[in-house]
Amino acid sequence: MGALSESFATAFRLIVHGDPTLVRTVALSLAVSGSACLCAAAFGLASGAWLAVARFPGQRGALLALDTLLALPSVVVGLLVYLLLSRSGPLGALGILFTPTAMVIAQTILVLPIVTALSRQVVADALRDGGDQLRSMGAGPFTAALLMLLHERWAVATVMLIAFGRAIAEVGAVMIVGGNIDGVTRVMTTTIALETSKGDLPLALALGFLLLLVVALLNLATVLFRRGAGAPAGDLR
Amino acid sequence: MSAATASALISLRDASVAFGAVRAVRNVTMHVAAGEFIAIVGANGSGKTSLLRLLHGVVAHTGSRDVPRPSAVQAMVFQRPFMLRLSVWNNVRVALWLADRTMPRALRDGRADEALRRVGLGDLRDRPARSLSGGEQQRLALARGWAVRPGILFLDEPTASLDPSAKNHVEALLADFAADRMTLVMSTHNLGQARRLASRVIFMDQGRIGIDLPTAEFFAADTPGRAGLFLKGELSWLLDG
Repeated sequence: MGALSESFATAFRLIVHGDPTLVRTVALSLAVSGSACLCAAAFGLASGAWLAVARFPGQRGALLALDTLLALPSVVVGLLVYLLLSRSGPLGALGILFTPTAMVIAQTILVLPIVTALSRQVVADALRDGGDQLRSMGAGPFTAALLMLLHERWAVATVMLIAFGRAIAEVGAVMIVGGNIDGVTRVMTTTIALETSKGDLPLALALGFLLLLVVALLNLATVLFRRGAGAPAGDLR
Repeated sequence: MSAATASALISLRDASVAFGAVRAVRNVTMHVAAGEFIAIVGANGSGKTSLLRLLHGVVAHTGSRDVPRPSAVQAMVFQRPFMLRLSVWNNVRVALWLADRTMPRALRDGRADEALRRVGLGDLRDRPARSLSGGEQQRLALARGWAVRPGILFLDEPTASLDPSAKNHVEALLADFAADRMTLVMSTHNLGQARRLASRVIFMDQGRIGIDLPTAEFFAADTPGRAGLFLKGELSWLLDG
């Protein structure tokens, strides 16, 4: 119990004094996961909107596959990206393995199914409500779907928050493709894993608190933003 | 080609609409001429809304639906209008953008302002559209429809869920639109409304046009058959007959 309370105290001091290692690690985590979410949003929101209105052979199979990918293990993603980017892999010539770019790619692949599947559902539900009326105003199916992304922007913000939470909390993919190199690719989760294995619990705990704090602050910001815009706080849509 | 067909904005010939095994509209032939205000009346499930959607061209059909001037904009106001989670003003601007993507922004903004003033919502332009009352939302839907300068405005029971005051507001606006020679086609349960506003009444019965007469004749005549029963308020008891 003493060791635990001591760890908490040390963690608190590291956070309050802005320990440089801590700050660097947190900054890299935010940069990598934020970039991955932006990339996933660029592809995933448009894909989700398209899937909500598209009709094509094998659609049910595609949607089943997409839903399955929601549970994609991060170590599997890490392994696949590692194989792609390693020297002998098809993209080995890029030389980006063990760099933050490789970590962004891995996390993008990890959260892309989340953004696509959930935004598809959001748009499909909204279209059931107002799709006919938008189409009667002259909107084509894809335009109507994109308008529904705007209409349901708070639900979309929640989807992105879920995606960010998944990205920043995962450890398997970034460990494999980033290599956990100090000062280069070391992020919060890989540091927690490393420091725990070394027995340095204070830094691991401090990072654990910060990880929760970052997600809580983002959640709070979303709620405040929604309130400011007049959307009900408890209503995801 | 008859005179009616030649001047028609929309012509249906032997047109039918089916939803699975249910035939909502059966072998309808009719024309909509410029400047008319048509009220489509009938019991629940008689095919009023399906006929309206068929005329608007937003439902799959068999038979023929001709629109001699396809470039003319059409708009439709629904019983429960769907408002985007945007401001009142932006809802109108989106409708204008959907109707004409090439319209200059300044013109679009001006039209949106003009439409909101016309329906008495000018002061509420920056309010979230979804925070408006039911009557105000219906007026906003009318502004959205009117703003695009439609050749025909379709209205699906536009006052069905409104209180008497809001209903009067909407009726006054529709009378204004009709006075401006806008072509209007409205489905309604409200026979008084049809009598007050329309120039022509179509009685739908089990997916078919039962009677199609100028308003004065429709209400003056000792209307026979099921239309007569409907006018007396007795048809709903005989729907299965």
